[in-house]
Amino acid sequence: MIWDWQYALGVLPSMLRAFVVTLEATLAGFVLAVLVGLLWATLRMAPVRVVARGAFWIVEFVRSTPLLIQLYFLYYVLPEYGVALSPLMIGILALGLHYSCYTAEVYRAGIEAVPAGQWEAARALNLSPASTWLRIILPQALPPTFPMLGNYLIAMFKDTPLLAAITVMEMLQTAKLIGAESFRYLEPLTITGAVFLFVSLIASYAVRRLEVRHAIRR
Amino acid sequence: MIEFLQMHLPPLVAGLRVTLQLTVGGAICALVLAVLAGLGRRSRRRWLRWPANVYVEVFRGTSAMVQLFWFYFALPFFGVSLPALLTGVIVLGLNSGAYGAEVVRSAIDHVPRGQWEAGRALNMSEARIMFRVVLPQALPMMLPPAGNLLIELMKNTALVSLITLSELTFTAQVQRAATLETVPLFALTLLIYFLLAQVLLTGMRHLERSVTRHRGQRA
Repeated sequence: MIWDWQYALGVLPSMLRAFVVTLEATLAGFVLAVLVGLLWATLRMAPVRVVARGAFWIVEFVRSTPLLIQLYFLYYVLPEYGVALSPLMIGILALGLHYSCYTAEVYRAGIEAVPAGQWEAARALNLSPASTWLRIILPQALPPTFPMLGNYLIAMFKDTPLLAAITVMEMLQTAKLIGAESFRYLEPLTITGAVFLFVSLIASYAVRRLEVRHAIRR
Repeated sequence: MIEFLQMHLPPLVAGLRVTLQLTVGGAICALVLAVLAGLGRRSRRRWLRWPANVYVEVFRGTSAMVQLFWFYFALPFFGVSLPALLTGVIVLGLNSGAYGAEVVRSAIDHVPRGQWEAGRALNMSEARIMFRVVLPQALPMMLPPAGNLLIELMKNTALVSLITLSELTFTAQVQRAATLETVPLFALTLLIYFLLAQVLLTGMRHLERSVTRHRGQRA
């Protein structure tokens, strides 16, 4: 038999410890992506044309270039400017910034879906721009975006193995090291794949539930 | 500036060629798999539906990079050792094909049921309805998400650098290690990827336009 159960069980504890790192990177990156994405979305709608165009092209550029090079870029360049961060922090930063350019699009779609009458009503009631955004527009624009944001959370989770390239000890890097030590890659890599499949399936089910809930509310 | 380009551009262009091979090869694999699995998931026959479902769920559920490493490092335990370029093309194709299958399936599902009923009323066979009536209407719906998938595939080619294939990212890494000109070198590499993405997007937009125009003439 090719598959060695005893070996597989032996490597399981270190794989699960690495899974915690994977989760940390995903969740911290997601928080960053959700916040920075909102910033891009509002900048893109800025009344100053240069700012709006600039934000548009930055988002386009980051979205259409590989996350791996962006990771390397931050990993090698930040220390040159005296910013010393751990590889995990750089990974979180890169993941968060990369996906903020995706969440920005999601927010934009959400904001554009708010009927124009809501803006006019806010102006008629003489609300300040801040309270127009915070009390009128965003409470209506954001909830329909939750399922899409959930999909990007899953996508980010599946992109965390890229952090292995900058030596973060997440699941794939751990599997690789264990494999190199014992010359058996099959079990650790298959376990990694299985964990990803298991978590993604549960998470996609949760996102579908979220979609149904928002569909009913509308 | 000129000196920098003279030194770094030729190897980067050589890397870009491998990146293009991966993109084109992966896209062709993905297209075939997406159509097969997308149609398979809608099939009434269980022996077609099941393998298609398992394929789509497995390759969408596990990470592209894990798949790449599994095919490169774990598959040899089953006696199958593939070179890095072929592994890259296969894994990129399998991964994007799984996402593409959903695009194909949902576009077909969005064609109104009346089209099927009209086809049956005209005594057309199921296969004929699918290929002559439904797919031509579903195609324009598939193209915009297919364009996004193509960009994702192109971006994923960078991952193949991690199984030692000297495509664009790998070349940039080698050049960086040799000269330590990190910022301009990576900026140039990112720019090449960005331009490649713009070329692909423009191509997809032309395709979309010609497909809708073609359909417009017929209607």
